[in-house]
Amino acid sequence: MSKENQIFAQKIRIEALKIFKHRGFGHIGGSMSVVETLAVLYNGVINVDPRDPNMVSRDRLVMSKGHSVVPLYAVLAMKGFFPLDDVKTLNQPGTKFPSHCDMNLTPGVDMSTGSLGQGVSCALGMALGQRMTGIDAKTYAIVGDGECNEGQVWETLMLAYHQKVSNLIIFCDRNAQQLDGYCKDILDVGDLADKFRAFGCFTQVVNGHCTDSIEEAVQATQEKNPEKLPSMIVLDTKKGYGCCFAEGQEMNHHYAANAEMMDSAITAAEKRLEEIRHG
Amino acid sequence: MVNIKTKLDHEPMMMREVLCEVLKDLADRNEKIVVLDSDLAASSGITPFAKAHPGRFINCGIAEANMAGVSAGLSAVGMVPFAHSFGCFASRKTCDQVFLSGCYAKLNLRIIGTDPGVLASYNGGTHMPFEDMSVLRGLAGITLVEPSDSVMLKALINDLADLYGVYYIRLQRKNAFGIYQEGTKFEIGRGMTLREGKDVTLIASGIMVAQALIAADLLQDQGLSARVVDLFTWKPADKDMIVSCAKETGAIVTCENHNIFGGLGSAVCEVLAQHTPVPVEMVGIHDEFGQVGSEDYLRGRYRLNAVDIAAAAIRANGRRSN
Repeated sequence: MSKENQIFAQKIRIEALKIFKHRGFGHIGGSMSVVETLAVLYNGVINVDPRDPNMVSRDRLVMSKGHSVVPLYAVLAMKGFFPLDDVKTLNQPGTKFPSHCDMNLTPGVDMSTGSLGQGVSCALGMALGQRMTGIDAKTYAIVGDGECNEGQVWETLMLAYHQKVSNLIIFCDRNAQQLDGYCKDILDVGDLADKFRAFGCFTQVVNGHCTDSIEEAVQATQEKNPEKLPSMIVLDTKKGYGCCFAEGQEMNHHYAANAEMMDSAITAAEKRLEEIRHG
Repeated sequence: MVNIKTKLDHEPMMMREVLCEVLKDLADRNEKIVVLDSDLAASSGITPFAKAHPGRFINCGIAEANMAGVSAGLSAVGMVPFAHSFGCFASRKTCDQVFLSGCYAKLNLRIIGTDPGVLASYNGGTHMPFEDMSVLRGLAGITLVEPSDSVMLKALINDLADLYGVYYIRLQRKNAFGIYQEGTKFEIGRGMTLREGKDVTLIASGIMVAQALIAADLLQDQGLSARVVDLFTWKPADKDMIVSCAKETGAIVTCENHNIFGGLGSAVCEVLAQHTPVPVEMVGIHDEFGQVGSEDYLRGRYRLNAVDIAAAAIRANGRRSN
C-alpha cells in the first residue's frame, strides 16, 4: 500500500500543478501540503461514490482551508466525479471550479468554505448529524495551522470534546506558514499539538508527506481511541511541498506562475514520480 | 383584511413558552428537528425541549459563531436546526457564518434572535439590537421575519419546519399583545392588513403593530383614516402590498423597533422609490444606541409610542400631493 499511495499522491500533485498551469495563478503553497492526505483519504478510506455524489450515507470531507481546493479537484476528477479536462476552467467565468470550495458547484465537494475557521464548525455539525440520524459515517476536515488563528476553530473543539464526537476526524496541515510569512513570526501559538490535546482531542502527530503514517493515524482514530474523543491528526508538512519553485520559500501562499515555471515544476514532479515507482 | 381581536391585551402565555411548545410538538412528529442554544436556554425558555428531546438539543456554550456553523453542518446531513441567541449576538456574532455556511452554501438554517430592540430592557445598550435585521438583510437569499403575537409565532414555526433556506426569526420572549384570532393563516412574504383606511398606511412589525393599531384610533378621532399593515416579513418585503398601500392611501408611516437605517422603513422605501414614490415618515430608532430602562420608558425615550406614530401619520398625510 505504501508505494501505491505515494504514487497516487504524486499523480494528484502533478494534476494539480497542471491545473494551476492552465490558469496561471493560484494558492499553490497550501495546496501542495495536503496532497498526501487527500491521496490516503480517497484511496480506500473515505466512503464516497462518484456515481452518487450526494449519497446520504457517505463520509464527508470539509476542506476548511478552502483555498486548498485544487488538489481536491484533481483527486475527485481522478476518482471519476467529473472529467479532469473540465477542471481546466478553474477560475474562469461560469466555472464549476472556483478558487475556494463550493458545494453547490462542484460534485463531491461537501461544504462551501473560504472564510477561515468556519469549515470545522460545519464538519462538527455534520458529524453530530450523522450520529443523531444513526448513519454509520465519519466526517473529515482539513484545517490549516494559520487557520487556527481563528477563534472559531477552538469553539469547535470545545463542543466536539464536550459531545465526544468520535466520528469527527480533523487534520491540521501544520506547514508552519501562513499568508504573511512563517506562523511563528505572524502569531506564534506554540505547539499546536499540545493545544489540541489540552482541548480534549485524541491527538496524533505524523509526517504529513508520508502516506503510511497518515493511514496508520486514521486507523488509530478508531482503534486506539478508547475514550471516543474527536480526533486531530497534526500533519507536519512543508508549504509548497513538491513544487520546486514554491517549496522552502517564505512567501509561497499564492503565485502568479508563468508556463515556464509551471513546466519546470511539473517536470520535476514527474521525475519524482518515476523515482517513487522505481525506488 | 384579516379579522383581529377586538381588544388589545397581553396574551396569557409568553412567546418563549409558545416557541418551546411548538418545537416540542414538531420534534415529536419530525425526527429531523434539532434545537441549539448558546448558554441561553433558560432565557429562551427552551429547557423543557431539552428535557423532552435530550438527543436533539445541543447547548453550544457561549460560542454563537460555532453554533451557526454547527447548524449549517447539521442541515447539510438533513437535520432541521433551530438555533437561538439574543438578537444582538444572533446577528452581530454570526453574520459571517450565516453568510457563508448558511446563505452562500444554500443550507437550511433557522436563527432565532430574542429581545429585539427596546425589549432588551435592563440588559441595556450592549444587548439592545437596533441593527440585527439590517446586519442580516444584506445577505443574499435570507428571509427575515418578526412574529407579532403567539398565533403568528405558532404558525410561522410550524411552516418553517417544512421550508428550506436561511431564516432569521426576531422574537420577543415575553407576553405579546394578542393581535390575531386563533386559526389565522399567514404566508411568509405576505403582509397582513389589520385595519382598512384611505388617508395613510401605518406599516408596522413586532411590538409596533399594537402601537400602530392604537395610533389608528387616535387618528380616527382626528378625522384621519389610517390603514394598518403588519409587515412581519421584512425580507422579502411584500412589494404588491406596499405598492397598493401607496396607491390607495398616498402616504406611508413605517413603524419599527429598530434603527431606521437598513430596517423595515428602508425595505419599504426601496419598494416605493422604485415603483410608487409617496411621502414616507419613519418611526423607529434614529441611529442611536440603546440604554437600560423599562420597555415603557424606552418606547417613550425613542419615540416608539402610538402618539409618535399618529404625529408621523399627520405629517405624512400633509405631504401628500393630492
